[in-house]
Amino acid sequence: MATPIKQPTPVPVFKGQPTTIGSRKTDRERFADGGTTLNVFSHGFLILWGVMILLPLAWIVLGSFKNNTEIGASAWSWPSHWSFDAFSRAWEKGIGEFFVNTVIVLVFSVPLTMLLGSMTAYVLARYEFPGNRIIFYLFVGGAMFPVYLALVPLFFMVSNLGMLNTYQGLILVYIAYSLPFTVFFMHSFFRTLPTAVHEAAMIDGCSHSRAFFQVMLPMAKPGLISVGIFNVLGQWNQYILPMTLMQQQSSSDPDRSMLAQGLVNLAQQQGYSGDYPALFAGMTIAMLPVLVVYLSFQRQVQAGLTAGTLK
Amino acid sequence: MRYRKYPFIAGFLVIPVVLYVVFVIWPYLQTFGYSLTDWSGQSQEMHFVGLENYTKLFGDHVFLQALQHNVLLLVFLPVITILLALFFAFMLNVGGRGGTTGVRGVRGSAFYKVVFFFPQVLSVAILVVLFQAVYRSDGSGLLNGILIKLHLQDPSAPVEWLNSPNLVMWCLLGVQIWAGVGFYLVLFSAAMQSVPKDIYEAALLDGAGRLQTFFKVTLPLLWDSVQTAWVYLAIAAMDFFVLASVLTPGSSFGGGPDYHGEVMATYLMRNFLTFGKSGYACAMGVVILFLTLILSAIALRVSRRDRIEY
Repeated sequence: MATPIKQPTPVPVFKGQPTTIGSRKTDRERFADGGTTLNVFSHGFLILWGVMILLPLAWIVLGSFKNNTEIGASAWSWPSHWSFDAFSRAWEKGIGEFFVNTVIVLVFSVPLTMLLGSMTAYVLARYEFPGNRIIFYLFVGGAMFPVYLALVPLFFMVSNLGMLNTYQGLILVYIAYSLPFTVFFMHSFFRTLPTAVHEAAMIDGCSHSRAFFQVMLPMAKPGLISVGIFNVLGQWNQYILPMTLMQQQSSSDPDRSMLAQGLVNLAQQQGYSGDYPALFAGMTIAMLPVLVVYLSFQRQVQAGLTAGTLK
Repeated sequence: MRYRKYPFIAGFLVIPVVLYVVFVIWPYLQTFGYSLTDWSGQSQEMHFVGLENYTKLFGDHVFLQALQHNVLLLVFLPVITILLALFFAFMLNVGGRGGTTGVRGVRGSAFYKVVFFFPQVLSVAILVVLFQAVYRSDGSGLLNGILIKLHLQDPSAPVEWLNSPNLVMWCLLGVQIWAGVGFYLVLFSAAMQSVPKDIYEAALLDGAGRLQTFFKVTLPLLWDSVQTAWVYLAIAAMDFFVLASVLTPGSSFGGGPDYHGEVMATYLMRNFLTFGKSGYACAMGVVILFLTLILSAIALRVSRRDRIEY
C-alpha cells in the first residue's frame, strides 16, 4: 500500500467465500450463532420488565375512568362509560390548589437555584482563593446525607424565622437543598469550558461579573438545561420537606400543600371519602406534567440524573 | 488585573453560602448538639444529659428491630438491583444480532430505556399511593387481581400484602427495586457505551464470545459504576422513610404490623413529632448518619481496584 492512492480503495472482500483458516469460523458465523436465540431471549425479558413498569401506571390511569363499584369489584373491571368526571372532582377537591401552589413555588425556586448555583460553581471552578476547596467540599458533602436527618432542627429554624407554611420559606429551603447537586454539576461543567474566551473578554475590558453573565453563562447552556430539568423534577417531586414545613399552623391558615404532599394526605386521611376514581385521577394529574417533561427531554433527563454518579 | 477579584468572589458567594449554611449545614450540626439533651421539641427548655440517649437507644427493642430491617434491606436491595440492572444493560447492549462489526444492542433499546427509567422521575409520594392500590388486600388490588386471575390464589382469601408481618418488608423492597432498576440500567448502559470500540474489536479478534467479552472485558471496566451504584443503594437502604411511613399500617408514620414494617427513619419521626422526644430522635439521626458514613467508606474501600484509564 505504499503507492500514492488518491481515493481509498476498498479492501478486497471475497464475497460468499468464508475464509477457512483451520476450523475457526468467521466472525459473521460466530456471532450469527447464538445471536438469534439470545435476541429472542433478551427481547422476552425486556418486554416482561417493560410490562411490569407500564401495567400499574396504565391501571391507575384506567382507574380514573371507572366508578367506585367497578374499582371495588375486581382489578380487571373495565370502565362502563368514559367520562372525565373524576378528574374535575379531583381538581376541585384540592388537587387544583396543590397544583397551583407547586407551580408558584417552582417558578421562583428553580430559576433562583440555577442562578445561585451556577454563580457559586463558576467562582469555585474558575478562581483561586483561600478557602475555595473547603467551600466546595462543604457543598459536595452536604449532598451525601438523607434529608430527614436535618429535619428536626430545620423545622425549628424555619419556625423561628416565622416562615412555616409560607411560600418564601419553602422556596429558600428548596434552593438550599438543591444547591449541592447544582454546584457539583455546574462546577465540572465550567471546568470543561475553554479559558481563551474568558481571557479575550477580560482583555476587551469586561468586568468579572459581566464576563460571567454575558460570556460564560451562555456557553454553559447545555449544562444549565440538564441541571435545570433535574431541579424541576426534583423539586416538583419533593415530599419530605413540604410535609414537615408546610403544615397548617392554625385553622385560619390556608392549606398550602404541595402536590405530592397533598396527594398523600388525601389518600391517607380518606379525604376522598372512598372516592377512588378521584384519587386515581389526582395521581394521573400529578404524573402528567412529569411525563411530558420527561418525554420531551428524556435524553437530558437521563444524562442529568445519572451524571452526578459518573466521574 | 484591572478589576479586583476578591469583591467579585465575595459578592457571588455570599448569598448561596449563607443560605446553604443556615438551612443545611447548621441543622445537621444542631442534630449532634440536641442528641445530647432531653429536649422535648415543644419548648426551648432542655437539659444536658450526656450520652444517655445513646445508651437508651441500644436497649430500645423497637429501634433494634428497625435497625435489623434496615440491615436486611441493605443486604438485598443493592444485590438484587445491581444484578437486574446489569442483566438488562447486558441484554440491551449485547443482546442484538451480531454482524461482522461486532455485537450490537437489541432493536428499540432506546425505547426500553425510556420505559424502564420512567419510575425514577415520579415522586416517591406518587409511588406510595400507586402501590397502596397495587397491594390492596382484596381482589381489587392489582397483585391480588393478577394472582386470582391466574388461579394461584383463592379469591375468598387474598394475600394480605402489607398486613402480613412476614411479607411487609419484602413488599417495600419490591417497590424500591421496581423504581430503581431503570436508573442503574441507564447508568451502566452509559458506562458500557463509553468503553472504546477497539477494546471489543481486540477481544473479538482474539476469539472471545459474547459472554466471555461481558465477564472478562465489560464488567471489569464497569467496576467504577458498580461501586457508585453500591454506595447509592446502601444510602437508599438506610432511608426507606416515605415507603415505610405511608405503606405500612400504623397510626403515625406506619411501622406496623407490630413493628414488622418499622425502619429507623419512621421510628425517628414518630419520636420527634408524636412522642415529643426530639433529643432522642436526634440521637437516632446521629446513629443513622454514622452508619451511613461507615457503610459508604467500607463499600468504597472493599471494592477498590486499580482504575483503568481509557
